[in-house]
This record gives sequence, C-alpha cells and structure tokens, in this order.
Amino acid sequence: MSAATSAETSGGTGAEKSRSLVSVSGLTVDFPVGGNVVRAVDGLSFELAEGGALGIVGESGSGKSTAAYALLGLHRGTGARVTGSVRVAGHDINALDEAQLRGVRGGVAAMVFQDPLSSLDPYQAIGDQIAEVYRVHRRDASRRAARARAVEVLDRVGIPDAARRARSRPHEFSGGQRQRALIAMALACEPRLLVADEPTTALDVTVQAQILDLLRELRRETGTGLILVTHDLGVAAGNVDRLLVMKGGKAVEHGPVRTVLDAPREPYTRDLLAAVPRIEVRRPARAASGDEPLLEVTGLRREFGRGRNALTAVDGVSLTVRPGETVGLVGESGSGKTTLGRMLVRLLEPTGGELRYRGHDLGGLRERELRPFRGELQMVFQDPVASLNPRRSIGESIADPLRAAGRLTEAEITSRVRELLERVGLDPHAYHRYPHEFSGGQRQRVGIARALAPRPRLIVCDEPVSALDVTTQAQVVGLLGELQRELDLALVFVAHDLAVVRQVSDRLVVMKGGRIVEEGPADTVYERPQHPYTQGLLAAVPRLAPSGAAALAGPGE
Amino acid sequence: MTGYLLRRIAGGLAVLLVLSVIIYAVFYVAPGDPARLACGPRCNPEQIRQVREQLGLNQPVYTQYWHFLQGIVAGHDYSTGTGTMHCQAPCLGLSYQNDQPVTGLIIQRLPATASLAVGAMVLWLLLGVGTGVLSALRRGGITERVLTWLTLAGTATPVFITGLGLLMLFCAYLQWLPFPSYVPLTDDPEQWAWNMLLPWLALALLEAAKYARLTRSSMLETLAEDHIRTFRAYGLAERSIVGGHALRGALAPVIALSAADFGSIFGNAMLTETMFGLPGLGQLMVTSTKTIDLPVVVGVVLVTGTAVVVANILADVLYAVADRRVALR
Repeated sequence: MSAATSAETSGGTGAEKSRSLVSVSGLTVDFPVGGNVVRAVDGLSFELAEGGALGIVGESGSGKSTAAYALLGLHRGTGARVTGSVRVAGHDINALDEAQLRGVRGGVAAMVFQDPLSSLDPYQAIGDQIAEVYRVHRRDASRRAARARAVEVLDRVGIPDAARRARSRPHEFSGGQRQRALIAMALACEPRLLVADEPTTALDVTVQAQILDLLRELRRETGTGLILVTHDLGVAAGNVDRLLVMKGGKAVEHGPVRTVLDAPREPYTRDLLAAVPRIEVRRPARAASGDEPLLEVTGLRREFGRGRNALTAVDGVSLTVRPGETVGLVGESGSGKTTLGRMLVRLLEPTGGELRYRGHDLGGLRERELRPFRGELQMVFQDPVASLNPRRSIGESIADPLRAAGRLTEAEITSRVRELLERVGLDPHAYHRYPHEFSGGQRQRVGIARALAPRPRLIVCDEPVSALDVTTQAQVVGLLGELQRELDLALVFVAHDLAVVRQVSDRLVVMKGGRIVEEGPADTVYERPQHPYTQGLLAAVPRLAPSGAAALAGPGE
Repeated sequence: MTGYLLRRIAGGLAVLLVLSVIIYAVFYVAPGDPARLACGPRCNPEQIRQVREQLGLNQPVYTQYWHFLQGIVAGHDYSTGTGTMHCQAPCLGLSYQNDQPVTGLIIQRLPATASLAVGAMVLWLLLGVGTGVLSALRRGGITERVLTWLTLAGTATPVFITGLGLLMLFCAYLQWLPFPSYVPLTDDPEQWAWNMLLPWLALALLEAAKYARLTRSSMLETLAEDHIRTFRAYGLAERSIVGGHALRGALAPVIALSAADFGSIFGNAMLTETMFGLPGLGQLMVTSTKTIDLPVVVGVVLVTGTAVVVANILADVLYAVADRRVALR
C-alpha cells in the first residue's frame, strides 16, 4: 500500500500522466500456496501511452497473465496479495472500492480471454450477454437500446447477419466467431484499453490471422490502447509497438518491438528467439532408410455417428510411411488429422479402406489379432498431463506396455524402464516419482519413453509439443529427431503448427475436410505450395519479420 | 421433441409392464394364502375354497395377469359372490380384502401422498439450494460451517425422531400448530397447508442436506468456470453473476437428483405418513402387503412407478430447456 501512495504523489505532474494510459510501477503479486508464498509478479513497472500497443511475452509461469489480470484488479477476492501501483486511465486500481472497480472493468479497460468457448456463458444468447454488460456501464440504456448495441458491435466485428446471430448461443458459433463475439463484448462500452490474454492461442492459424487483422483495424479506428499477452513472439511481432519480455515475474527486457526482436540485449531474450521454430528454415535433407513401405493406407475412411447425424472425419485417404522417415501431417481443427493418426496405429477402427502394415492388413482385425502388432505401432499424445495416470508412478506407466506384452520378467522390466528414462533425458532413478512432480516438457519425455518401451517401428505423435513452451518444444523436437536416427523409427508428426512440422518432416501431408489436398517432400510443399488451401495456411503463419530472422543468425554469441 | 417424448413415454410404459410382471411373479412364489387372509380367522376349508374361486386365485397365474391387463385397457367383470361387478377401465382389479376397486382406493389416497411429496420437495429444494448457494458464497466462513452442521444433523436424524421432535415442539410445547390431521386441498387450502407443514418439514429436513452439499459443490465448480471470470472482468456485480449466470449451470445436477427423489418419495413416504396420520399411499401399501392383497400392491407400485417415470422424463426435458446444447433424441 505504501508503494501505491508514493506512486500517486510522484505521478502527480499532470502533462505526462495524461499521455500515459497505463502506468504500472513496482507491481508485485504474491499467491499464498500452502504455507509458502509464490511470487508470480515481482516488481514490474511499465507504461503504455494512450492508443499504444504493448506486447507482454514470456513462457508459462513467467507471470505475464497474472500481471495483465492486475490491470483490472482481477486478483481481488482470490487471496492473492497485490502491492505496487497500477493506474489505468487515471484510476488507481488498487485503491478503488468495489463499485468504482466494476465501473472500470469493461467500461474503461476490457479483457479478451484466451478460450472463447469457455469464456462465454453457454446457457445464454450471445447478444444478451453483450447487452447485459452494456447495461452495467450505461445505466440509462433501455433493454432495447442495449440489444441494439449488441447487434451493432457484433456486426462491427464481422459476424454475418448479426441481428439474427445475436440470438444464438456460444456453441452455435465457430471458434473464430466466438472470439469475434468476445471482442464485440469488449468493444460494447468503448473502453480506452483492451487487455488481450492469448486471444488467438486456441485458434487455427488462418482464423488467428483474421482475428489479429480485426484487432489492428479496430485499434486504428477507435484509438484504443492494447496490451497483448502472448507466448507467441510471432503474434506479438506484427501487432504491438513495444515489447516486454518477462521471466520469473520480472521484466527481462523492455523496448520498441523491432529493437527487442532484431537486437535483443539480454541472453534470455536471445535464447527465447532462437528457440522459436522458423518456417523459412530448411531441414537438412534425409532419406528414408528403406524403400519398402512400412505402412500403406489406401482409401481409408472413418465415419462417426449414423444416418442423418453421420460425420465423415476421414474421407478416402491414401498415404505411405517408409521406415525411418518423418511424415508431417498438418491441417486445421476438424481436418481429420487426429482421426487419421489414431487409425494409423489402429486405436480407431477404419470404417472403410485398407491399412497395411508390413504387408499385413490391419484394417479389420479384431483386438486379439492385433496384439502382436500393438508394440510396433505406438503413439505419443498431445496433453502430457492428461495422458499419464496421476495416481501411478511414471515408472509404472512406462512399464505398462511391457507388462501387457508379457515377455519380460519384473526385473527385466525395471531395468528396461530405467534405461528408457535415461534415454529420454530423465533421471533413471525417477521410477517411483509421480507425474505432478514433473514439468510439462519432462512429462512429455515420459510419454515418449512409454511409446518407446515395446520397441516400436512407427510412432504417431499427435501434437506432441503444442502444449509446451518454445524452449521446451525445441528440446522435445530435438529428442524425437535423435531417437529416430538412433532407433530407425518412422514418425508421423501430427500438428497444427506449420513451423514445428517443418523442423521435423521429410514429407508433408496437408489435410482439409478429411481429405489430403497436398502431399510431397517438405521443402517443396513449404516453398512452392500448389493447392490454394496450403498457400493460405502458409501465408497466415505469423512471422518474426525478415529483419528479425536475419538478426538471429548467431543466437549463441 | 415430440418424437423424443413419444419414445420416452413408450419406454416408460414398458418399464411399468415389466414392473407389474415382476410383482405378480414375486407374489406367486411368496408364502401365505391371500384367500385365507381375506376370508378371516373363522373360515372353514370349504369357505376358503369358495373365496379362492371367487377371487380367481384358482386360475393359473398367467390368466390372472391377463385379466389384470384386460382390466386396465377395457375393464373387467368380477364376481363378488352375490353377483358380478363391472370394474370400469382403467381397472386395477378389486381388493382381495374388501372387494373395493383398487383404482378408487388409490384415487382416494393419492392426494395426501401427492401433497406430501410435492410440498416436501418444494421445501427441501428451497432449503437445500438456498443453504448450498449461501455456503458456496461464504466459503470458509462461520456461516458455512453452521449451515453444514445443521444440514448434516438433519440428514443424520431418522424421520421418526425429527417428526416426533417437531410434533412435540410445535404442537405440544409451543402450541403454534394443531396436531396434523389431513384436510384436502380442495376443502380448505389454508388448513391444508397448516396441517401439512410439519410432515413437509420432517421430510424436507431429511433431504435438504443432500441438496445443500450438491448445490454447494456444483456452485463452486461453476463459479470457477471461465465465463464467470469474464463477467467479473466486465464489471458485473457478484449478485447478478450468481443469480444470472452461475445458478443456472449449478442447478443441472440438482434437477437430475430431484427427479429421482421425487419418485422415491412416493414409495418412501410411509414412515412420514404413519407418523403424522396421513391417509396416503404409503399406509395403503403397508396394510395391503401384510394381507397379501395383490391387486392393491400392484396398483400402488404402478402408481409410484409412474411417478418415477414421469419425473425422470420431466427432468430430461428441463435439462434440455436449461441447456440448449443438450439435444433430445
């Protein structure tokens, strides 16, 4: 509190304050956890000029979202201790009473959240939700006027047929439309500041590009200030004018966006930039270790549901995977890539087509007949938290496929698990530790160790790094490449992140609506995409800008 | 929606049919002779034989069952010794004990039980959901601890203790209320409510704790959801967030549980009915089971079964109305 009052007295010189929309100084947020106190934000200070745009970037746990929440006083009533001064458009956020704070929230500063589906009330029409927020801040507005305003802002953010769609509920909107609706809610009361917390992280790359365009356009039109919190440096690069890099609750580097990206001063910023996968960079050429196809599918189909409700997720896909090669499988959500990936290892039964593994037709086999092949076809899942049983030690989880095969004794299994843990870069004595004791990257290593346990020939990796920070991502991708060379594994790498896929793939398969629209050697597809869909996908990938790439040539110096 | 309802109703009828078959089967293998019990202690074997014939008990069990089904759909003629009596559809047969049509017996008894069940349910929902929401909002405070303790005490106490306690407190000691005697709603609504108040309370106190706990946990879960955070970040007051957004989501499991409980109250209200002298189905069930009065037992079970089926269909429809993402098919 003393920090707040001192900031108030020192920041009193009128002229400068009027130009500064947000002024944060010495912000510290502590969370009491058990008997300890976790300091999420540690003495953070920054300014945002009226109409300016600031990007706050950092890896998970850096405190970037916690800092953003403090701008709207959202830590109140959560048990967190907030000290320091936060001023937004002249309001001392930490000193406001409840009613005043409610006036600021949405009225002066509005928040756009990450997951647009869960961030809207599932039971209520979207227009009603916006109208309700509008009437909180415009007391004199009638119900009718509020509803009209909701339609107006929905129309403004590009919802077609807004008057009718305002009556729809969130589940009737697509992901991109939901995010547009959230932005419309933010716009409803004409705030002076938008705080966007990972606003495009849950979206497909082409939709992300549209949402970012919308934000830019709205800012140009209304002069609203923006604080953009993101883990994606590429997203920040094209949308803010200043950049704040956070690590462990502190600002590591802070400056104009081009300066920070092109000439980072701090080693941490340089490491972070170096870890960002680059879509422009070629991968050293590698050939498959054999010409005989390991896995060959023809006309593979999968339908879900029946009759009128039937949905064809994969619609006649043919592809081959040769020993030791990596096939990248990309596409937007709903393209059928995960369904296809699961069918390749026969976690799902195809409803049509042929699936041949080393000459055996696995397509119609029953569980018992599949058993001999199970060990050779493995899978690594997206969410390393959800795909490990939290109540079993990681050693037990890795031992599961070995026990299932039933060929090894207990002692052999234990020593094999230790060997695997070491192989994926974990402590071999970690056998008896539980998933919650590990970080996200380490858990994914456990997932990889489990997949390796029965000595597979093919591993389907379904978005194996999309839940991880860029630096961890780079390490896990590196590990997969290493394992592949060493063990002569064939990999099918399913991902939505085109840059990551480029780093690992020999061949690329692009899917849309359950079909393959383009297929070929990775470099060819990335550099000379033939299909308009592929061209669109590649064009939508946010880049650190050419100058940024150039400056990164020697990150290790 | 219409198609869904028709399918659900058909399913419900099938359940009731199976239920009636099971009861017939159980009674057929169960020990005891309904004819001897109906005839009375001083009957000689010849009289018992006559009664058995008259009740149709000498016919094979499937014939008896067939007559029962026939009665429901088209009515059935029963001989009463002195002549025949036509029992109009929907006829659930005649009581073995006193030759009265079961349908009439049930219609006589139904209002008391329905009054008890509906009133108690309204009361326990108010009590349970109210305390549940309150303790979710005052989490960790003294209010929550007191409420938790009170509701737990309510559940832990058997209904005959609670009922007795209530009677002693309000009727004998404070003399605020008359000793309950059933007054039909249609005769005098005010007296009906005053007389039903204690039975309602006794049942509601028993059930409220379950609802309080469910509402509390479901409310806390909902309050932690992202969309609640959105409305906080847009300056909505806590009261409109809880009332306008959180409650709706939190009540879904409460709806499901109420449906199940509403049905079981019909069957489980005997104790409360006996306690407070209510002329309801529970009492009828107890006496007719003792005398192996099959037609009455079947009738009562079918009526309570119908209540369960209807309550569940209603709950599913309510679910879909509350949450438009639920598609009824």
